[in-house]
Amino acid sequence: MTNIFELNQINLTIDDKPLLQDINLTVPTGAYLTLTGPSGSGKSTLLRVLATLMTPTSGTIAFNGKPQADYLKTDYRKLVSYCFQQPSLFGDTVRDNLAFPFDIRKIDFDSAQAITALQSVDLPETMLDAKITSLSGGEKQRVALIRNLLFPPQVLLLDEVTTGLDPDTKAIVHQLIESHHHQGITVIAVTHDETEVAQASTLLRLVAGRLEETANAK
Amino acid sequence: MQNNLIVSPTALTLAVVLVMIALAINFKEKIGLQRDLVIGVVRAVIQLTVVGYVLTYIIRVDRLWLTALMVAIIIGNAAVNARGRANGIPHAGVISLIAITTATLLTLGFLLIAHAIAFIPSQVVPITGMIASNVMVAIGLCYRQLNAGFHDQRQAILERLALGADQKQAAITIVRSAIRTGMAPTIDSAKTVGLVSLPGMMSGLIFAGVDPTKAIMYQIMVTFMLLGATSLGSVIAGYLAYPQFFNSDFQLR
Repeated sequence: MTNIFELNQINLTIDDKPLLQDINLTVPTGAYLTLTGPSGSGKSTLLRVLATLMTPTSGTIAFNGKPQADYLKTDYRKLVSYCFQQPSLFGDTVRDNLAFPFDIRKIDFDSAQAITALQSVDLPETMLDAKITSLSGGEKQRVALIRNLLFPPQVLLLDEVTTGLDPDTKAIVHQLIESHHHQGITVIAVTHDETEVAQASTLLRLVAGRLEETANAK
Repeated sequence: MQNNLIVSPTALTLAVVLVMIALAINFKEKIGLQRDLVIGVVRAVIQLTVVGYVLTYIIRVDRLWLTALMVAIIIGNAAVNARGRANGIPHAGVISLIAITTATLLTLGFLLIAHAIAFIPSQVVPITGMIASNVMVAIGLCYRQLNAGFHDQRQAILERLALGADQKQAAITIVRSAIRTGMAPTIDSAKTVGLVSLPGMMSGLIFAGVDPTKAIMYQIMVTFMLLGATSLGSVIAGYLAYPQFFNSDFQLR
């Protein structure tokens, strides 16, 4: 099995504060990793480093066997897609958000594809022209998630995307992520949710910036 | 032509009473601008007196290099002031200089080619001052809006970057908004010119006894000139300044 990520001695220090220390991690292609740990332990930082939104102070990261630094950032981030905990939506309508992935690829917006994506998270077709200010928190999170998945990436980095969602919405989001994982997308998910931790097939724990233990929960 | 445009020293001294009124209001209402008011008045008197003598000399000797030097000084000062309004945007001095120089010289060049003005100090220097100061204000507003946009919309920009957007795709809405903000005062004054204000050049010409119908021709030219110059200045400053908010890894600074 090939490895999609190989992290070697990753350290990140900001203002003399070590956020990540000596991280060594190998992520097999198609894996589903669950990352947990106390608040401030560096979970989001590690995801952001993987997404190239932060640069480590030292150490190397290989993505698909090639140094992360060798990729064009814009190309890399289309392959390694980071979903925020509390996403902000752009522009005025849901359409503006779902058109953005097309715009940055210089492709004409395909409304049929956008509608299919909306329906995959149990949102109606009419939602496409809904004002973003009229959306509930759960609807916003689902729109943000399909914005990341309209052009499926190789890796999905999820930063507590189910936090604060009601059980029904959480189930819809889990179903969407699972279906993409089954199609071969590697998933690395940060969570505090006890159920998600209990169901994790591969669980990693970060404490004070260090990967403390690895456990197979299932 | 009636010409009674001599302000006597006595009249000027009496005008100080108006400053005293402003000062009295400041003290009475505890507004706290007394110091700035006094500094402003003293600076205005000194700067205008010096520039009055300098302009008199430049107009009298009428040398090409001296006129060009005065244009350069005006542009340089405008750039320094615009940098002061950038609130820490890296390379704001160079960006301001490029934007103000390009906008001013292109506009000035066009006016000279069109024979709207002649290359004589009494025309080139005041027109340069008018263009450069308006571009300076436009750029200052543009910088302020860029800073506000990158601060308030930090999360949205991060998300665009995370989706694979390049710097321009991530920041374009903020850049457009900053350019709009920079141009807004000039467009607003173009809309209200003649209705609300009789602007500087037109007022000056009418004041000096020029036929108002001729004065408006000049004012129309000035309005067009300022629209062109502030658009150019804002666009150049906006597009050169926004990449400064990112580092070489396409991350927000």
